[in-house]
Amino acid sequence: MEDIKKIEEKFIRKDLPEIWPGDKVVVHYKIFEGNKERIQPFKGDVIAIKGSGAKRTITVRKVSYGVGVERIFPLHSPLIEKIEVERRGKVRRAKLYYMRQRTGKATRIKEKRENA
Amino acid sequence: MKGILAKKLGMTQIFKEGKAIPVTVLKAGPCYVVDKRTPEKNGYAAIVLGFEETKEQRVNKPLLGVFKKNNLKPLKYIKEVRVNPEELDQYEIGQKLGASVFEVGELVDVTGRTKGRGFQGGVKRHGFRGFPDSHGSRYHRAGGSIGSTTFPGRVFKGKTMPGHTGDERVTIQNLEVVEVDAESNLLMVAGAVPGSANSIVFVKQAVKAVV
Repeated sequence: MEDIKKIEEKFIRKDLPEIWPGDKVVVHYKIFEGNKERIQPFKGDVIAIKGSGAKRTITVRKVSYGVGVERIFPLHSPLIEKIEVERRGKVRRAKLYYMRQRTGKATRIKEKRENA
Repeated sequence: MKGILAKKLGMTQIFKEGKAIPVTVLKAGPCYVVDKRTPEKNGYAAIVLGFEETKEQRVNKPLLGVFKKNNLKPLKYIKEVRVNPEELDQYEIGQKLGASVFEVGELVDVTGRTKGRGFQGGVKRHGFRGFPDSHGSRYHRAGGSIGSTTFPGRVFKGKTMPGHTGDERVTIQNLEVVEVDAESNLLMVAGAVPGSANSIVFVKQAVKAVV
């Protein structure tokens, strides 16, 4: 177990901000088109965080032209250029799968304010 | 043939060229060459590997004699590895072998004992399809017919039936070695390996590797 932690330690990225379910984030993800490398931002709400150590993933959901799109990113992947947290969300669940059932105004997540 | 005894530590995931690769981490050694089998004396060529030190009282006396003769600490797991008669000279008794016998990119076969599942029904054990759960069905996961009638008048040998599942020797072929850490004897192979964490597996050069 100790040895596995040490291995994972090498891959864990320390440059990423703290991310919680309900946060609105922009994930800048490197994609390859032929030989060219390009950065594609994906902006949405974090609806789930899964896994531990280097295996951690985040599920980011957004509604694009009326269609719900979810992407699962391995959080410590070297293909993630950076992650920006735009807004902290105030939520009462760890997994926000109920967002999939919601449309329109109900898809909004309350903002979490410090000392409010 | 190259081979080594190892302990399965568990699984994790590493990133290589942006790709997440599921790996099993194995503690491969230190193994010691306990004895040699020579064509002259034994009729075949092999090295006897030992892994993991143990207490003297846990080893039987004939084996303890071998350890004492060769100035080795008592070892818990013993395994013979067949080698070419010409290669036999490369090994000497007492030699330490570790994860470094393998290189990154090499293909290996891993043999181990699968997790025991106890007495299981036909659906889990042999993939029987079972029967409807609903629509008035009162027959769910039991097997169906096990044979014909007066002719042949018996159930054929090897008929798949419920019974003890798992805890059997299984070899997974052609797993790629993803990383070798010679210093701490860690071997990482892509994919899963039989058995639970802390179980002992045997890693050898892939027999059916396409070169």
